[in-house]
Amino acid sequence: MAVDLRARLGHVELPNPIMTASGCAGAGRELAQFMDVSKIGAIVTKSVMVGPRSGRPTPRMAETPSGMLNSIGLQGPGIDAFLQRDLPWLLSRGARAVVSIAGGSVSEYADLASRLSDAAGITAIEVNISCPNVEHRGQVFACAPDSSAAVVEAVRSRARYDIPVFAKLSPDVTDIVSIARACVSAGADGLSMINTLLGMVIDTDTMKPHLAGQTGGLSGPAIRPVAVRCIWQVREALPGVPIIGMGGVRTGRDALELILAGASMVAVGTTIFHDPAACARILRELEEELADRGIDRLADVVGLAHQAHAMTGRALSPNARVRRS
Amino acid sequence: MTQSEIDAQAGPVQVRGTVLTVRRVDAYYAMTLVAPAIAARFKPGQFITLAVGGPDSSMLLSRAFCIHDVRPDHGGTVEFVFAVHGRGTQWLAERRSRDVLDVTGPLGKAFPLPRDPVNCLLVGGGYGSAPLFSLAAKLRERRCEVDFLLGAGSGDRVFGALTARRTGRTATVTTEDGSLGSRGLVTDMLDQVIHDGRTDVIYACGPMPMLRQITLLARRYDIPVQVAVEEAMACGVGVCMTCVLPVIGSDGITRMSRSCVDGPVFRGESVRWDDVGTIPFDAFGAPGWEPRSRRASQLQNGQGSSADPKGGKPGRGRSEGERPGAGGGKHGHGG
Repeated sequence: MAVDLRARLGHVELPNPIMTASGCAGAGRELAQFMDVSKIGAIVTKSVMVGPRSGRPTPRMAETPSGMLNSIGLQGPGIDAFLQRDLPWLLSRGARAVVSIAGGSVSEYADLASRLSDAAGITAIEVNISCPNVEHRGQVFACAPDSSAAVVEAVRSRARYDIPVFAKLSPDVTDIVSIARACVSAGADGLSMINTLLGMVIDTDTMKPHLAGQTGGLSGPAIRPVAVRCIWQVREALPGVPIIGMGGVRTGRDALELILAGASMVAVGTTIFHDPAACARILRELEEELADRGIDRLADVVGLAHQAHAMTGRALSPNARVRRS
Repeated sequence: MTQSEIDAQAGPVQVRGTVLTVRRVDAYYAMTLVAPAIAARFKPGQFITLAVGGPDSSMLLSRAFCIHDVRPDHGGTVEFVFAVHGRGTQWLAERRSRDVLDVTGPLGKAFPLPRDPVNCLLVGGGYGSAPLFSLAAKLRERRCEVDFLLGAGSGDRVFGALTARRTGRTATVTTEDGSLGSRGLVTDMLDQVIHDGRTDVIYACGPMPMLRQITLLARRYDIPVQVAVEEAMACGVGVCMTCVLPVIGSDGITRMSRSCVDGPVFRGESVRWDDVGTIPFDAFGAPGWEPRSRRASQLQNGQGSSADPKGGKPGRGRSEGERPGAGGGKHGHGG
């Protein structure tokens, strides 16, 4: 059975819901050696900043149980190089480019949005307001509704009207729904969640923090329940807002879990580090998971877990698995 | 031929590799995988990454290993050498024939080869010597003379001493405890070996402090050095940005270069050894970094000197003695 996997990113339609998570796929070029970047829903780029940036000292990474900490510090060449080199490459390969942007001030975000709007071919902008690595006077935009809204509003006002703007939320907040509401009120077309959780590892041999940056962002399957909870809560409060779900997705089954919680699209991150073709594999697996359950349209299961007795009604008959074979 | 077909032929592949053998070699393990597509593309100095722990593994990061050798049997096999450092490498050591592993490679830049038949010195620390033997074979094909200088903490940690003796013009071994060869570090013998062998070019792989010392000594003699560095990696394919080190480009600008795709082989003198583990203040994109023209105009406006609040932490380097996994040859992290 062919499953209709089309997904909507705001008003933009994607052939399927699987994307790369920002910061885990560069600008797609490296992964193109292992999979066809045009076959997945979109490539979400590593966060682009106004200028080049060297990032943080090493060690930048620590493996943790079912997860990892990273403290990269947004190393990248800046928007000029991105527009000159990376974006044209992505477009030449037929990939849909969702560009993640990060800045140290509201005006930097606004500048990036207008620079991207001048370039042709961008599918959407994801606003990284929640990267815990950025030292912005000790504060992160995503931690307060007003600062989150200020960034989103600036980006929305400067981005071309037909480019959807997604705000990427941090789970390290007291009430993610209030941040989500603030972003949507400020004009966000959708929400991406979750970014990494701030964590730390201390090396018991050296008796010092393992990461040079001391703290880092925790990602991987260890945080998947947190992602499911955040998506669930926001979907419950704002059922009409599209969500890109991410956080520890390793299999098609994991992707389906986030979709059932309310994500219309799913991004794959840390898993790429041990499986560079993970996005293509998870897309295949997701289609199988849906077909196994007798579901022929992805859109039918987005947020389905919110409906009481979801599995007893509808087309999900106990014979679904048999029917497939 | 489309662009993607060209890329596919030149670049690395991700395959299911079947374990042929896992065997103890003194203090190390050597694993041979059947992986014809990787064997066919391999050049000395390149490495592979492996997913460890199976599909539900709690260990998410790839383990990276220099390729020791490739052979044509079974369609093409790839051999690599590793030490058990942690749970990931322990899991690898417990694999048996016919187990199937998710393997990606060959990755990274290979050792460049000299055009002329010259005298080559190959220096290995610990199992950092593993990639040097396939390099030696390539060098001999070009009628180069090959001298080996291998060292480790103890005799059982010198990898390939016998092969070096058999295949090299000379083979010098050092151990810190004196259990094999002469007592000391490889760098203690470097002067003499360079003199005796009239070395024209040095290739080295091993712990970072060793590579640094070799580069310093070689500079004294004006001998070019190619080093394969060891930095902790998460992905090995260029996306995670964890394995960076400060490298001076041909344009004179220092960049935080990825050792997985820009390396692992670098010209020794291009690596800023004393700044490894830090972001040098003049590195491309470092806090406060500006293109020269812009910096000049900002200084005039009195903005250039303020500390950048969003930047990284320059100068927070760690001493090299602290670096994990200083056994040589392995580009993975601690386990």
